[in-house]
Parts: sequence; structure tokens; C-alpha cells
Amino acid sequence: MMLHMEGVHAHYGHIHALRGIDVEVQVGEIVTLIGANGAGKSTLMMSLFGKPGASRGRIVFDGEDITRVPSHLISRRGIAIVPEGRRIFQRMTVLENLLMGTAFADPANFNADIKRVYAMFPILEERAAQRAGTLSGGEQQMLAIGRALMSRPKLLLLDEPSLGLAPIYIKRIFQIIRELNTEHGMTVLLVEQNAHHALRVAHRGYVLQHGEIVLAGTGQELLASPEVRAAYLEGGH
Amino acid sequence: MSAVIIARHARTPAERFKDAAWVAFVALLLGIPMVGLTTVDEGGALTVQTRFGMLAIFVGVSFAGRFIFRWIMDQVRGRRAAKSAVAKADRTPLAIRVIGWAVLGASVALPIMFSENRYVIDTATTVLIYVMLGWGLNVVVGLAGLLDLGYVAFYAVGAYTYALLFSHFGWTFWEALPVAGAMAATFGILLGYPILRLRGDYLAIVTLGFGEIIRVILVNWTELSNGPNGIGSIPRPTLFGLPFERNPAEGTQSFATFFGLDFSGMHRIIFLYYLILVLALLTNVFVSRLRKLPVGRAWEALREDEIACKAMGMNVTNVKLSAFAIGAMLGGFAGVFFAARQGFISPESFTFTESATILAIVVLGGMGSQLGVVLAALVLVLLPELGRNFSEYRMLMFGTAMVLIMVWKPSGLLASREPTIRLNKAAATGGEA
Repeated sequence: MMLHMEGVHAHYGHIHALRGIDVEVQVGEIVTLIGANGAGKSTLMMSLFGKPGASRGRIVFDGEDITRVPSHLISRRGIAIVPEGRRIFQRMTVLENLLMGTAFADPANFNADIKRVYAMFPILEERAAQRAGTLSGGEQQMLAIGRALMSRPKLLLLDEPSLGLAPIYIKRIFQIIRELNTEHGMTVLLVEQNAHHALRVAHRGYVLQHGEIVLAGTGQELLASPEVRAAYLEGGH
Repeated sequence: MSAVIIARHARTPAERFKDAAWVAFVALLLGIPMVGLTTVDEGGALTVQTRFGMLAIFVGVSFAGRFIFRWIMDQVRGRRAAKSAVAKADRTPLAIRVIGWAVLGASVALPIMFSENRYVIDTATTVLIYVMLGWGLNVVVGLAGLLDLGYVAFYAVGAYTYALLFSHFGWTFWEALPVAGAMAATFGILLGYPILRLRGDYLAIVTLGFGEIIRVILVNWTELSNGPNGIGSIPRPTLFGLPFERNPAEGTQSFATFFGLDFSGMHRIIFLYYLILVLALLTNVFVSRLRKLPVGRAWEALREDEIACKAMGMNVTNVKLSAFAIGAMLGGFAGVFFAARQGFISPESFTFTESATILAIVVLGGMGSQLGVVLAALVLVLLPELGRNFSEYRMLMFGTAMVLIMVWKPSGLLASREPTIRLNKAAATGGEA
């Protein structure tokens, strides 16, 4: 198993943001977390990095307990995150952004890694010398994904990758997620508000509400579930 | 697959040992006449004495130095070969390069052109001190994006470290320089630790407070710092042990007697000028190199987005502390020079105005731009000097000029950022993916 969260609780000060989360991600799976604003999706993802740390429960990644591992060491164990809002380094060039993803990777892999990323996103090679802030939103999202892939992660976390993108790019991003999984065997944990797209691309999904998992199932099951339809699909996303 | 470069033949430890032994042998040959033998004046007759202990140290240091140097170079080369799909940025825009070389040429030629004009050289020295301080603060503010309003504290730590080391232990400028740099860096880390979580306005206020605390301590802790009376008669730096004095102590030589020149007070002024020029240039090279290393890129990434840095697995604590420490160290070096140049320091020299001036130089120059700092330091030091004739309107002019610059160039005189790394087209596009 790639990732296993067992009864994880987390707090922001007095706010009890996660109330006993059980989530599993198997090797080679795309797992999605859907839920409304403030349901705790991002908190769940951040708690993997220990910010906020789990006040109860256990997080096991790749067979090792990482519940108390310092934040900066977690990504070096093979978890890469594409943060919400992309968070690329605006004033640095595309190439420099990609390099930041390799800060702790073996430099010997650099050539192979950058070729892989360029092959996946040819636009990044074209724009390598350009300031990242001048890319369009969709290109920035590709850069953020490329940057995360540069560290050769075992598990890729994507936090709202479709947020604020033009519809054509939303489609493209989900297509990329699927390709990453099928062609490169990447295990993906995807947090999304765009439940429709997310569930279609995912093998399995969890529905999060007020810091608790209220529903779990395969992507197809959740897509068909009346609760999910009522709450997340027919509400007009 | 032309991008796959076979790493250059890496040296084995035995080869490195052989290489270092060869260097040590050359050092021995050269060292026998230069270090091993010395003439001693014994009652009017010169006798030759041997100094084999000294020679052994000389050869040993050569050996160790070469060995370590080779080892480091091999490490660097190995990393570079591995990252061969990209080449280091080698081409800065032509205009910047031309201005840069012109400024450098002018600064080297200046004392020759104005060799009798003490005022010009003194002012130029002041400009260079600010350039060096600007480059130091640029690491913290321009690259790492941590707004520091108390930079003068490190300048003060450097200056007082030298002054105290001299007055208590008789240390010379060159002995005190590295220690003062280390001391300032330590203070940088001490300041850095408690404020790691702060950013922007909050960080600015705390650093402002820190700058004031250092000054207030210097004013009030009279046993240590002699309070507001300051510390005087700090010795000037020497040129490899040659002082710039009219009457050197018995049995020693001064710069003028050694080179057979008539004594002139200008020698020292010009020497100080060249000294700060060299220190500033070293600072520039040091910071430019750091910028292209992972730590430098990490600073810039931190300025751009701290959360993303954390997500990349960066230890943000260390990145911030390294920026504070290195910025502080450079400020400390400038402080030692300042103390040595003035010969007298007191807390008066380290007020908030100084911090504000240095920060203004960095901001006006364009955050992170090395050449921008030079231009801004010129503007900020020369404008008040030029305005001396207008006495009471001087500060008004100064303020107007600054406002105009900010209106005309809101992100500084040189706002464009140089990439730290560029694509090596041949390597990256030559091979199929």
C-alpha cells in the first residue's frame, strides 16, 4: 500500500478540522477526495506534510510511519505536491522552476527527468527561458505538475489542479492526470471541487464533509450515488 | 542521445594524492629560498638562518590545500557534468555588461586620475562601503525577500568586533576581519532564529528593533563598548605588514620606505580605496556565485513563494538562516573596514538612518540586481554631496530625486532579473526524448 491514514485527527487551534480520517491509496491508483469548501480536503493533504500535524491517528507512507516526520523531510521520501493555486516561482524562469523540484534529487537523473517532463509538456521546453509568471494559467499548472515530477515522486498529490483554469485546460489537466497514471504508473491523490471530472478520472474516491469521510467507493459508484449527485454534481459545477 | 554526457574521468584518491604531492614538491623547491632561509642582522653582520619548521608548515599547507581544492573541484565538476542539459548562464545582456565593465574600469582608474584629490577618493570610498553593504543586504532583501530594517546592527557588530579585538588583544585588521565576519554571521543567526515565522511588515518591525537594541547596548554597556564615547585609535590596515606611516617604528619598514617613495598621506587614502574596492568586488563575485548555486536559487524561490518551497521539501529554516548569516557576514566585513578607515567608532555611526540608506540602495537599485546597487549607491551618496552648495534645500532635493526615481522606475533602476541558468540548446534538443 502506498499511503494509509488511520483515524487521523487534526486541529487548527480550536478548530477540529479532521475528525478521524481513514484513507487508503494503493500503488498505481488515482484516488480523489471531493467535498465542499471548508470540508477539510486541503487540510487532509497538508496533514500528510505535518502542517497541521495529526493530533491522533497514524499516517503510513510506503510502509513507514511518517506521522511525526518533519515537513521538509516528507517530500524527500517520495511525496510530491502540486499545491493549490499552482504556486510557481513567478519571477524565475521555467527552467529554474523545474530545477527547484530537483533540489534534493540525485543530479545524475536530471537529464532523464527533464526530458521526460519536456516530452510530457513540450510547451515547457519552448518556454524554458521565459519567466514563469508570464505563462498562462494552464501552462503554469503544467509547470507546477512538471516541477513536482522532477523529484521522481512515488505519490503525487494534486490540490485543486483545475481551479481557475479555462475549460479547455481543465480537460487537458485531467487528461494529463490519466496519462501520468496509465503511461507512467504514477500513483495520484487528487483533491478536487470539480467532482464530475475528478470522479471520472479516479479509480476510487472519498467524499469529505465537516472533516469526516461520509462516503467512499469507486469513481463510478460515487458518480452514480444520489447523495453525490445531489450535493456535488447537479448543484451546477 | 547527445544530452547524456559521460562524466569526466573522476580522479581516484591515489591520483589526487600524487597531484597534491607534486604541488608540495614544487612548494618545497620554491620554499627553501623564500621561507626556509632568512637573513638576520646580528650586530651589523648579516647571517643566514634556516627555518625548517616554517618550511615544513608551508609545504604541509600547500599539500593539504591542493588536496582539498582538487577534491572540491572534482565534486563540483561531477555535479556539473550531471546537469549537462543546461549550461550556466554565460551571456548577460550587452548593455548591462558594458555598464558593468565601464563602472569597474572607472573605479580602478579613479585614484590615478584624482591622485591628489583627497575629497574625491574619500567620497568614492564611502560609495564603495555602501556598495558593499548594499550587496550584503541584497542577499537578505533582494534575493531571499526578507525585509530587514536593522542591517546596520551587523555593520556595528563587525566594526566593534575589530575595535574590541584590537583594544584588548592587539589584533590587526587582517586578523580581525574573518573573526568579525563570523561574529556578524552568528548575530545574523541569533536574530534569524526567533523571527523565522515572520514575514513582511512584522519581520521589518522586529529587525528594526534588533538594530536599535544593538545600538542601545553599545551606548549603555560602557564597560564593553566605552558607551557614547566610542573606541578610538583603531589601527589602519597594513599592506602585507607594511603600515602607512610617516615614521615607522624602529627596525620596521613602512609602505613609503619599502618602495622608496616619499611619504604622502595620499598613499593611505588610495590604499584604503583599493582595499574596499577589492573587498566589494570579492563580495560581488561571492554573491553572484552563490546565486547560481542551489542555495541561491532556494533564496529566490523563498522570496517568490514560501509555501511552495516547503512543498518542494526545502528546509525553509535553513534557507532563511543562511541568507541572514551570509548577509550579516558581509555587513560585518564592511564594518571592520569602516572601523579601520575611520580609526574611531561610536554608536552614533550605527543609527537607523544607516539601515534606511542601505535598504534604499537595494530598493532603488532594483531588488536583487548587483549593478543596480552600484548605481543606487552612487546616487544616494553623491546626491547629498552635490547638494552641499544648496545647504538647507539639500535634503529636499534628495527626497525629490528619490521620489522621481520611484515614479520613473517603480521597481528600481535595474529591475530585470538575470536567470541563474540557461538552456544549452545543443544538448537539450540534440537528443530524442
